[in-house]
Amino acid sequence: MTAGVAYRLVVGVLPWLTIALLSVPVVAGVLGALAPAFGWLPVLGGERLTLAPWRQLFAVPGIVDMARLSLVTGLVSAALSLGLVVLFLGSFLHTPLYRRIQRWLSPLLAVPHAAAAIGLAFLLAPSGWVVRGLSPWATGWAYPPDYAFPGDAWGLSLILGLVVKEVPFLLLMSLAALVQCQARERLSVARSLGYRPLTAFLKGVMPGLYPLLRLPLYAVIAFATSTVDVAMILGPTTPPPLAVAVVGWLNDPTLSMRFMASAGAMLQLLLTLTALLIWWTLERLVARVSRGWCRDGRRQCGDRWLAGMAWLAMRTVLGLMMAALAGLALWSVAGYWPFPAFLPWPPIAHNWLNAADDLVAPVWQSLGVALAATLVSVVLVLGALESETQRRRPMRPWAQLILYLPLLVPSVAFLFGLVMMQAQMGVRPGLGAVIIGHAVFVLPYVFLSLAESYRRLDPRWSQQARSLGAGPWRVFWRVRLPLLLTPLLTAAAVGFAVSIGQYLPTILLGAGRVVTVTTEAVSLASGGDRRLTAIYALLQLLLPALGFMLAMLVPRYVFRRRRDLLPGTD
Amino acid sequence: MASLRLDDIVIHQGQHRLLSLDTTVAPGEVLTVMGPSGVGKSTLLAFIAGFLSPAFEAQGCVLLDATRIDTLPAEQRHVGLLFQDPLLFPHLDVAGNLAFGMVREGTRRQRRARIHDALSSVGLEAFAGRDPATLSGGQKARVALLRVLLSKPRAMLLDEPFSKLDAERRGEIRHWVFERVRDHRLPTLMVTHDEADAQAAGGRILRLTERDTVMGPTDKEERA
Repeated sequence: MTAGVAYRLVVGVLPWLTIALLSVPVVAGVLGALAPAFGWLPVLGGERLTLAPWRQLFAVPGIVDMARLSLVTGLVSAALSLGLVVLFLGSFLHTPLYRRIQRWLSPLLAVPHAAAAIGLAFLLAPSGWVVRGLSPWATGWAYPPDYAFPGDAWGLSLILGLVVKEVPFLLLMSLAALVQCQARERLSVARSLGYRPLTAFLKGVMPGLYPLLRLPLYAVIAFATSTVDVAMILGPTTPPPLAVAVVGWLNDPTLSMRFMASAGAMLQLLLTLTALLIWWTLERLVARVSRGWCRDGRRQCGDRWLAGMAWLAMRTVLGLMMAALAGLALWSVAGYWPFPAFLPWPPIAHNWLNAADDLVAPVWQSLGVALAATLVSVVLVLGALESETQRRRPMRPWAQLILYLPLLVPSVAFLFGLVMMQAQMGVRPGLGAVIIGHAVFVLPYVFLSLAESYRRLDPRWSQQARSLGAGPWRVFWRVRLPLLLTPLLTAAAVGFAVSIGQYLPTILLGAGRVVTVTTEAVSLASGGDRRLTAIYALLQLLLPALGFMLAMLVPRYVFRRRRDLLPGTD
Repeated sequence: MASLRLDDIVIHQGQHRLLSLDTTVAPGEVLTVMGPSGVGKSTLLAFIAGFLSPAFEAQGCVLLDATRIDTLPAEQRHVGLLFQDPLLFPHLDVAGNLAFGMVREGTRRQRRARIHDALSSVGLEAFAGRDPATLSGGQKARVALLRVLLSKPRAMLLDEPFSKLDAERRGEIRHWVFERVRDHRLPTLMVTHDEADAQAAGGRILRLTERDTVMGPTDKEERA
């Protein structure tokens, strides 16, 4: 077999493996949850189709509240995040503030959901940092006040936790989309016609930008309506959001509860689809209503105060995130920290030393799983992108949809089905299943992070190399990979961070045999030991930070004598 | 030395016939292809080099002497390519760039000596370990051509190779490139918008028009 044939074979096969990794677990998982939802699970004695699991599910007290809570928190958090991102982009696109925030996006995105949620809970709780900062001089409180945060019945803390994480994600997705829809040119034309910045953005850029943001936004809605870890930390408990209840039923020692849990997982899927349908209907409505507005010739629409709001809201969101993370660091070194003292003094290393022995196993398992899942994902993504480059055709819409499939289908629905199938087929839960489960979620993020740079690489580099006699393998290894080293390492760091933050696949597919810093952090968050929880949440944060640091430093070292390739010299 | 034969080349873009061409470029000859944007000049080069986009369809044969090359992968065609940008690989130093294209003959020491000789021939022997980004435009152009020549091409394609050089350097580099092409007796096809490039090349000029262009050896504009 010649090198050229081997290359074509590998590049031909890898996109199909990518599609398989993204679609097979999701489809099989949904089917795997569907059958028990109708009573079919021979391994537990379910051998005839019945609606009994659904009747049992709808008899659960508060089931309607659970569903409503999931639906409302999901839609409201997505709407707030989108609104904030649009107002910010419209008011500050291409300004120094935008560029500053742009630089922080990847690290902010790398903060695991659970770590951010734990940090927020510590920050805004009655005895949290914010209240300590204001007490007693401003509030007069000598004791923590009596309000419910986290866990308020309206789900406001959950919405806040989701917005804080969704805003960086949507901003990052906007970066590529803005280039694709020629935002700069559209904006220049609208501004030259006398439109104020925000109005120019809303009327000139948004009609082109929104279609490109639609899939990421749907992924946000799907995540927000079905999140488990964030909801366990910040959401209400009586009743909890539906996804949290489903995981509880699945882990119930009474095995027959699994039929009802399956029905619950299917209900979660329907709920997410309903949320997407509601959003889609609203999209149509807004598009129809705004058509006339776009053409009415008005050059401004309260630009100044909306820009002020966007500035304040964005600073608040990012400030909350930073303060939450700083609060984690403080709690991890806090000894006795009475209310309302603002700082724990003196800081102690005792907490870390006490926890050190217990940290080793979760850290190693987190690293192992994350490295393996990232490696699998990077190889598959490189194959898929290389294949796209060779075919010189853009990705088809159906392939794009498959890429988003694991992000659009609630993870609790299909992971649950996978667990059922695992049991049915006698596959032992463990590290292998967890790595594959993580890769399903890591791969889309690696692809989304790398695709734009890969596609924008000037094809003449490869043409030049091939005209010099280099075969396709040599061009790939010696030309394309070195030129793409920086974005490739950044994409790998994003993938690594996504894997570190995974909770549900680890818990469900590992069946308790795989313990990571995230599973430990989430289970500790519901307990009373803030110091230990903070240590695990910080570790959740430090591991991805290490990945990003390497992604930044390695190209700087490798290309230290190559001016054109040093990051930040574009 | 080989001649480059373009035998009944017809290039379509969808239903539209972009150009048709039948000509031979003799060893050491520079055939200049001119015409407005969009008539298919660069598409013709892409077809010969093996990089035709799937949006186009081409018929006809490209032969180097008697060997048909249009059915071969790009890397086996032995057709050197120079773009308007020198495209020196930024992750390699100057010597690394030259080594990238060099035919793997002889020992490593011999190959290194060949690189040194090549750089000495243009007064750049002190630049072997330099970052390409630190070279001037003229130096980059020289290294780019040396890199192609060290890969021992049997024909050359020049895609507006001088258009990004400043006016002062342009004449000098142009003269130097054509001299090398003639020295190596390489049949060369050059696409340009610049009449001065065509004049300096001193060969035939094919002028493509916006309408379907049919050209053969008799449709040429001879230059002394």
